[in-house]
Amino acid sequence: MADGAFASALSMILTLDAEFVGIVGLSLRVTLAAVLIAAVIGMPLGALLAMYRFPGRGILIVVVNALMGLPPVVAGLIVYLTLSRSGPLGALGMLFTPTAMIVAQTILVLPIVIALTRQVVDELWSEYRDHLTSLGQTGIAAVPTLLFDARYPLGIALLAGFGRASAEVGAVMIVGGNIAHHTRMMTTAIALETSKGDLALALGLGIVLLCLTFSINVVVYGASRVGRQMAG
Amino acid sequence: MRDTATILPLTAESLAFEADGKRLIDRVDLTVGRAERIAFIGPNGAGKTLTLRMLHGLLAPTAGTVRWSRDDGTVAGRKRHAMVFQKPVMLRRTARANVVHALAAAGHGRGEAADRAEAVLRRFGLDRLAARPARLLSGGEQQRLAIARAAALEPELLFLDEPSSALDPGATRQVEEMLGELHAAGVALVFATHDLGQARRIADRIVMFHKGRVVESGRTANVLDRPETAEAKAFVSGELLW
Repeated sequence: MADGAFASALSMILTLDAEFVGIVGLSLRVTLAAVLIAAVIGMPLGALLAMYRFPGRGILIVVVNALMGLPPVVAGLIVYLTLSRSGPLGALGMLFTPTAMIVAQTILVLPIVIALTRQVVDELWSEYRDHLTSLGQTGIAAVPTLLFDARYPLGIALLAGFGRASAEVGAVMIVGGNIAHHTRMMTTAIALETSKGDLALALGLGIVLLCLTFSINVVVYGASRVGRQMAG
Repeated sequence: MRDTATILPLTAESLAFEADGKRLIDRVDLTVGRAERIAFIGPNGAGKTLTLRMLHGLLAPTAGTVRWSRDDGTVAGRKRHAMVFQKPVMLRRTARANVVHALAAAGHGRGEAADRAEAVLRRFGLDRLAARPARLLSGGEQQRLAIARAAALEPELLFLDEPSSALDPGATRQVEEMLGELHAAGVALVFATHDLGQARRIADRIVMFHKGRVVESGRTANVLDRPETAEAKAFVSGELLW
């Protein structure tokens, strides 16, 4: 049975089965959008958190670090309650749409981006502060320089966020509803198809997810090597 | 074209700095004229670096004033004094990009910054290193790049904090040649050093610090050959002063 399912899964991948491609495509679109939004919001916030000293900063850092381990189902529940008809943003009608899944995944990725950016920029800022201040780059003006010089470790942080988002199932299941051809992602499809006994699609999607994880790690390894060679 | 308006003389009056209730710099008076070369000497913790940082504006004095002849040391919105640190700060990019970044931060457009960076690297014989990652250069090359980067900003006054403390004699010589070239171009130099030979080779005037105060200052030959205070006599004769 497993052999047959594996052969069917490979055939699905090689023939670019329409349903299969649709699910993979939606998964990538949702996850990439979430990572992009988290990067745009999280990297400047992480940099500012590294640079500024203010009351409660320590607590904020602990909270952000803790949120890196936020259970996806809890993130999904929060977004569900916010977007459901009786919720504060219910009027937007976003529940059970790809947009809701992007919001949920952004909530999962954002703490990773903020926390890792803060850590990287903290070290850079202590090294660069005198030089940048001497050049008149203080406060927010220094952020672009710091983020650019942290580009390799930040790229790795984004890939870590991508890895977490692409592998999670709980949040997108709750806020997306796993609706065929609309909000069905790789992880939710694997859960559903396995429970139905349709192992071919589940295996095919599993292979793609594994390849994705492997590719991310190859890129992370390559980026850290290139970073050492190019930036020192 | 360089603006002919000058930011010098720089005058520091009764400069003081306190931290945790301890007075680290105490009533320092100092004037730096155009194209002067002044060496700050003294043991570790004497106040040389703190004073340099206050003069450059990295640290606010807790008392006293730092006054430039124009504004806050800027002319036409551009800062006319620069600083090179004991451990050169190299951005994680190429040598050329380090210079371009400094020029862009000073308000130069990208194209102009790139042209100026090429010119200054050529001027100081660093053009062969332009495409190398700055942090992978040797200590001497990094310090020369840091000086070239500061020189690209066309300062009237360059502060240097122990510019050759970690360098071998060959690299020290190259750094001193760069400083000589900058001075010949009219740049005033104020530098901290433990190397009395370097102070003698470069400085016109010496200011000796001890325990946060200026204990002696004057022409280089006078301070080094005919010191008047007990601290200066002990320091220049090689006694361990602390």
